[in-house]
Amino acid sequence: MADRARFAELAMEHMSALYTAALRMTRNAADAEDLVQETYLKAYRAFDSFSEGTNLKAWLYRILTNTYINSYRAAKRRPEVSDVEDVEDLYLYHRLAPEAGSTRSAEEEVLAGFTDDEVKAAIEALPDAFRIAVLLADVEGFSYKEIAEITDVPIGTVMSRIHRGRRALQKTLAGFAQARGLVGAGPVAAS
Amino acid sequence: MGDDGRGSCGGEDVSDVDCQEAVRQLYVYLDGELTEERRLQIAVHLDECGPCADAAGFEAELRAVVSSRCKDRVPDSLIARVAAAIAAEAAHSDPGRTSGIA
Repeated sequence: MADRARFAELAMEHMSALYTAALRMTRNAADAEDLVQETYLKAYRAFDSFSEGTNLKAWLYRILTNTYINSYRAAKRRPEVSDVEDVEDLYLYHRLAPEAGSTRSAEEEVLAGFTDDEVKAAIEALPDAFRIAVLLADVEGFSYKEIAEITDVPIGTVMSRIHRGRRALQKTLAGFAQARGLVGAGPVAAS
Repeated sequence: MGDDGRGSCGGEDVSDVDCQEAVRQLYVYLDGELTEERRLQIAVHLDECGPCADAAGFEAELRAVVSSRCKDRVPDSLIARVAAAIAAEAAHSDPGRTSGIA
C-alpha cells in the first residue's frame, strides 16, 4: 500500500518518459500535456491501491495507455488503421547500397543519418496498437511480460505487434534513407 | 536467408540452427526473451555465421538509434502544472481521505 504523501517524490521522476510516450501516442504537444496531467491525477487518486515496491513506472504506463485509448483515441473522429502491412525480416539491412564503400561504413552512414524527426515520424506513422507496443519495447525498454500487463493483451499478441511494428517502422525509415540515396528501392541482389 | 547476396550465407547449417531460423528468432534473441537453451543455440549460430552476425549487429544498432532519437524533454511548465494539480487534489481530498475521487 502506498502513501499518497509520497506520490510526488516517487512518481514525478518518470514524467519525461511518460511525456515522450504521450507525444508519440497523441502526435501533438497540447494533447500530450493534457494526457500526462490526466495520467498523474488518476495515478494520484488511485495511489492507495499501488503496492509500493512493485514497478511504479509500469503502473504509470498502464494508466497512461488506458487513458489514451479510452479518451483520446475515442475522441478522434478519423478512423484508425488497425493493421500494418507485412514487411519482410531485415528489410532495411537488405537494401543497404553495397557500392557505398565498405559495407560497414554504409551501415553506419544510414544509421547516423536518421534524424530525431524522422524516427519520431516513423513511429507516429504506425497504427495505435503497433505504435504503443514498439514504444514500450524499444523506447522504454519494457519486457514482453511488462508490456502484456501494461496493455492488457496476451504475450503472444505483444510479440506479434512488436515484431510486425518494427518491420513496418524499418520500411518507413528505409524510405527516408532512400530519399538520401543511401539505400536501394529493393533488395540489393534484385536491383 | 535465401540466395540474395548481401546478408546471405546460403542457408548453411551451423550449430542446430540455420540462417532462416536465426533471422526468424533474431528479435526475440535481441530482446533477451529466449529460453537459455534457445539463446545459446542462436548465439552459437551468430558466432559461426558472419552474415547473420552482421545482420544482428545492424538490427541491434538500429534499435539503439530508434531509442536515442526518440526522446523529448518534458516542458518545465508541464512539471509545474502537474505538481499544482496534485497539490490542489491533495488539498481537496485530504486530510479526510474518505474519498479520493472528486
